[in-house]
Formats: sequence, structure tokens, C-alpha cells
Amino acid sequence: MHNQQQTELLRFTTAGSVDDGKSTLIGRLLYDSKSIFEDQLEAVKLSSRKKGLEHVELALLTDGLRDEREQGITIDVAYRYFATPRRKFIIADTPGHIQYTRNMVTGATTANLALILVDARHGMIEQTCRHSIIASLLQIPHLILCVNKMDLVDYSEEVYDQVVRNFRSFASKLDIKDLRFIPISALHGDNVVSKSKNMPWYEGPSLLYTLETIHIGSDHNFIDCRFPVQTVIRPHSVDYPDYRGYAGRVSGGIFKPGDEVMVLPSGFQSKIQSIDTCDGAVSEAFPPMSVTIRLEDDIDVSRGDMIVRVNNRPQLTQDIDFMMCWLHHLPPRPRAKYIVRHTTNEAKAIIKEVQYKMDINTLHRNTQDKNLGMNDIARVRMRTTHPLLIDPYRKNRNTGSLILIDEATNETVAAGMII
Amino acid sequence: MKYSLKHLEELEAEAIYVLREVYAQFENPVILFSGGKDSITVTHLAKKAFWPAKIPFSLLHVDTGHNFPEAIEFRDRLVESLGARLIVGSVQQSIDEGRVLEEKGLNASRNILQTTTLLDTIEKHQIDCAIGGGRRDEEKARAKERFFSHRDEFGQWDPKNQRPELWNLFNGKKNMGEHFRVFPISNWTEMDVWEYIMDQEIEIPSIYFAHEREVVKRQNSWLPYSEFLQLKPGEEVMRKTVRFRTLGDITITGGIESNATTLEQVVAEVAAARETERGNRADDKRSETAMEDRKKEGYF
Ligand SMILES: Nc1nc2c(ncn2[C@@H]2O[C@H](COP(=O)(O)OP(=O)(O)OP(=O)(O)O)[C@@H](O)[C@H]2O)c(=O)[nH]1
Ligand SMILES: [Mg+2]
Repeated sequence: MHNQQQTELLRFTTAGSVDDGKSTLIGRLLYDSKSIFEDQLEAVKLSSRKKGLEHVELALLTDGLRDEREQGITIDVAYRYFATPRRKFIIADTPGHIQYTRNMVTGATTANLALILVDARHGMIEQTCRHSIIASLLQIPHLILCVNKMDLVDYSEEVYDQVVRNFRSFASKLDIKDLRFIPISALHGDNVVSKSKNMPWYEGPSLLYTLETIHIGSDHNFIDCRFPVQTVIRPHSVDYPDYRGYAGRVSGGIFKPGDEVMVLPSGFQSKIQSIDTCDGAVSEAFPPMSVTIRLEDDIDVSRGDMIVRVNNRPQLTQDIDFMMCWLHHLPPRPRAKYIVRHTTNEAKAIIKEVQYKMDINTLHRNTQDKNLGMNDIARVRMRTTHPLLIDPYRKNRNTGSLILIDEATNETVAAGMII
Repeated sequence: MKYSLKHLEELEAEAIYVLREVYAQFENPVILFSGGKDSITVTHLAKKAFWPAKIPFSLLHVDTGHNFPEAIEFRDRLVESLGARLIVGSVQQSIDEGRVLEEKGLNASRNILQTTTLLDTIEKHQIDCAIGGGRRDEEKARAKERFFSHRDEFGQWDPKNQRPELWNLFNGKKNMGEHFRVFPISNWTEMDVWEYIMDQEIEIPSIYFAHEREVVKRQNSWLPYSEFLQLKPGEEVMRKTVRFRTLGDITITGGIESNATTLEQVVAEVAAARETERGNRADDKRSETAMEDRKKEGYF
């Protein structure tokens, strides 16, 4: 692409319990950064008046469904967009209600940063813990705990410190790479876009400044080369009679023409002849580029195969241990077969064993009660009909993630992070 | 930083990935082609995703019969140059066959009627996936869409009960008679689309640029005058230099006064706009949840 003025993209999600102010915060962020159009604002003002409110209910900017507007809660993720001269942002505003945890997970799986909101008056509650655990399991690289509704606790430093202390002690048991704290009032805008005069004791930056400057360069794996083949491109045309390219998205590492590669699971070796795009061949391909790879040798490659470097391969196995978020209202059926989807591959699978279920509040590993229900998080072992090419999720979010699909209903029932 | 993509490159890579997933997961996918900038962008992305092979999707146009003539001419030229198959679902035919009733009155529009024609065409051609140019930033109900959005056997969307969509692992599984809507440019904003069109030098219909046209002032916007527009008392036809931010049915797509004749000028205007692009669409103004209601029924 020619345009040099383009900026970086940061994807972030909200998390935290119902009514803690997630949608209001996003509304505030959009409003104060002048990303709201006049007709949108007029519509929200009108709806707020209809509801008999004195203030403009900023949450209505993201709560777009009829039921959400009637009930005053978020049900499904809303995606919103805004840009500052420094960065472009994709926001997933997720629901806090426990019944809709699956939609929070949906928003969180593609995020590089999570804003976890807590109501300053109530501090941490079970949903705060659950969402924090999910964010940590999903390895979202940056977490910002926003202590919200500071206006309702007289902007008290002590209240803030207490919430921060509690969260720190809980988070110390989790795997969080970068954790920050900001006291805010989403409703009034304190510390959201600019620093608040009501909290002179807070010395850190505003939320927007943090979002604009946080370092996000290294959130991909550039070491371990992984290229899951999506589809084979064979034009059979007059201009390209013998063209045979493997289309896909780079899931890890840096590929270059001339690289010695191996196609898995077959194990055939070859060299990269060229890396094509419609705009011409490229000298390097890295995540998250979509490209087409041609190999020097004519070998059999199809969807679900993976192109890797000869001396750096994923594990090829039928027995997979992973952390599972169960997302369906019906519990997993014993010995039931599920379809597992992993990269561009698919197999049938049986959950062989639940190793433990996690206690959301204490993080205790429960090995006695292993009955799983909706929103439970557990470590499980699964056996698949044929081997999959896996990496630990910690090493690679693309080759370490999987979903389970119920064969009977076609519903996506679980998210898995490979251990 | 050497190994990072700029935002348009990342959005393009994401869209190409989605289009390739569609090809791999469905039997008979089509691109919903309106002739507007978003469906043109999706078509351009499809060309890039499968290059040097041809686009493996047919183009489906739901024709209200109330078109901008420029859009139809553009459509036919594009289809020809792609060597793609064009399927036309005709709203007029649905009316003639008694499948739908034409709205009456001064604000009559064929917008809602499109849903029936669309669903009938999907059924008739056994289409299992319709790729749309819908973007989440367009409208608050669209902001709730998944990339892969399930439709039941009646073509309905159930926004309160959507499947989770985790990472980029798309689940396109369905029963016979159901289908999917897929939105490869979900994460693009209006500005992204314009910048991309400029960057890629994509051709778009002339109505997006300022031109002189016969128009009628209605509800703060300039409705193009055409044989399909019923004038209200007191309304008069004028000649104005206008441009359109979206392309819909000619009876409901309002234009704005503008002198922007180049892409650069259009992008500058979009950047300075105080209203959303759908702000001039009468179909969205019918109620607070007009879009959600139409989408539930099976609308685009
Ligand atoms: N006083 C005060 N009220 C707030 C603040 N932030 C949010 N609220 C109010 O809290 C209520 C709930 O806010 P929402 O933004 O809808 O909460 P949410 O976290 O998005 O809730 P769910 O999406 O349903 O989980 C609304 O009535 C807001 O006006 C704040 O900083 N101060
Ligand atoms: Mg909310």
C-alpha cells in the first residue's frame, strides 16, 4: 500500500461486572474524543429524555439493541471505532451480566488490551474475578483496572487504594504481563480523556493517553514460523496454467523466499519459491499478513496443512490438554463427540477427562466437583480423531487456540487455550 | 518498527482471511452487490484474495427497480471485467408475483420489500452464504454483528442469541435451509473505506462525486428527482451540485451539497463531516430500532 500516513491499530475490550460503567466509559471516550456524530448524539439525547433521565445516558451510544435499551444492560458485544492522530482503535464493549459471559469472551479473544471496570463503592465482585481470570487465560497482554464511579465516593484516595490493593493481591495469582490502575468517573469524564482536577493525588496519565502510548509492537510471535493453509489457489487459466499457491494468514514467524520449509503433517520438505500477493511478490511475510506461498516442489498440500520451518515444528498430537471456558447453557454430555476447530483444521473430539474445575473467587483447583456448567473454567484433556498441529497458547495465540462445536446443534460451545 | 502493519494493511489482511474462509467453508457463496462503495470494496478484496484465480463467488444484486442509472451501468461494467456471474433478484417481480405489496403514499419506498426478494433469491439459488459490505460503524444494530452471522431457515437474525465468535476461528456450520451472512469489512470505518479506495485507486460510481442533478429538498437532505419520486405539495425540483455518501434506493438516498470532485476532496469532506453517512437515509429514521427490526427479518 502506498499511503504513508496510516497509523497503528489497537484492539481493546471492556470487562467487569454489570452496571460498573463499561458502556458509559466507551460512550464518554467517544464523546470526549469528538468521535460522535451530531445525529448520533441527538438520537441518544432524545432516548435519554424519553427514559426520563436528566443526564445524557452515554451507554446508549453502544447499547444498540432494543432489549438492551429497554433493560439498561449490555447483552452482546458492540464494536466501536475511533481514531486520534496517534492511533486507530477498535473497541469491543462487552456485557457484564453472567448470563452473557460468552459474549464477553467473544470480545476479549481478539483484544490486545482489556479495561476492567470496578465500581469504587463495591470493589471486586465475582464477575470482576471471572473476567480477570478470562483475560489472563486469554493472555491479553495489557490490563488496565479502571476504578470507576469515583464521583460517588468523593474522589477518595483511600477507597481507590483499597480497591487497588485487593485487585493486586488477586492478580498476583494470575498471569498478567502488564497491569495498570486508573481512578475514573465515566459519567463525568474524570481521567478519561484529560486529567481530573478532582483527584490531584493521582499522578498517572489519563486513560486515553495510556491507550495512545502503550507499546503494542511485540504482541505477535515472530519467532516460530507457522502458516496454516486456508485454501489452494489454482487458476487453470491461460496466463497461469500451472500456478499452484497456498493461501493463508501467517500465524507466527517470518517467512522469506528461499526458506527451507516442511509441510505438516505429511513431512515433505521443500523451499519457498515465492510469496505472492495481488500487489506483487513480497520479500518477507509475518503475522498477521494474508499471502499466498508457492513451493519449489510439487507436493500435495491442502487446507488444514501447515507450512513450518524444518527445525521448528509444532507438536503433532491427538491428546490435547487445555484450559476450557464452557459457554453453552447445556453442560457437556459425558463421552459426547464434539467438532474441534483449530487453525484451518477440523477433527472430531471427545473430552476424556476433566482434570480440575477452577473456583472463580479463590482460584482454587477443585478436583472433587468436576461437573461443568455454563461459564465454568476447567482444565481438560481431549482426544481427537486425527492429530492436530498445536503450540501452547502462551507461545502462540493462533496455533494455541481452539473451539468446540456441538455436532447436534452446530453451536459453538467452548473456547480452549492449549497448555 | 519493521514488523508491524499499518491499520489499512491489517484490515485488508483480515478481510482477505475472512473471504478465504468463506470459500473454504461454504458450497455456494455470493457477494451481495449493491453497486455502492462498500460492496465494491468487498469485491475488490475478493479479487485480491484469490488472485491470480478469478473471484470464486457470483454477484447477487437485489434490484428494487428504483436505481441510480449510474449504479446499474457501473454494475454491468464491473461484472463484465471480472468475468463473474451476476444474479439479479427483482423486487418488481416479487411485486408482480404477489409476494409483496408495494407501499403507498408519499414516503413509499421499496427498501423493506428487498428482504423478501433477497430471501427468495437465496432460496431459489440455494445460496448458503451471502457476503455483505456491512460495517459495524454504520449503525448501532450493525455494531452487534459477527463476521459469520447465522440466519435460520426463515432468514432471520437472532441478535439476542448469537453464537460466540472466538479468535478468528469461524464456525460456518448450519442445517439445510439455513444460511450465513458474512461481513469481511466489519471492522472498517467509513473513513477506512474511502482511504482504501483512494490508496487502491478503485473505481466507484460517479454519484459519489459532486455533480449537477435535479433534486428535491426533503427532511434536511436533497433527494434525487426521478420518475419514482412523488412530489409533496410545495416541493419543487431544483438543480444543485450534490454528491452522495451512500448508495441506496434512489427514492430514499439523500445527497449533500458539495463541490468535491476528486477522491482527495471527498476524503477531506468525510473527515470533517458532523453527521453519519446514514444520517440522510429515510429508511433508518422510521424508528429508533428500524435497522435491528429489518435485520431480524433478514434484511442486508
Ligand atoms: N455516578 C456515576 N454513575 C455512573 C458512572 N459510570 C456509569 N454510571 C452509571 O451506571 C449505570 C450503568 O452503566 P453502564 O455503562 O450501562 O454499565 P455497564 O458496565 O456497561 O453494564 P453492562 O454492560 O450491562 O454490564 C448507568 O446508569 C450509568 O449512568 C460514574 O462514573 N459515576
Ligand atoms: Mg454495557
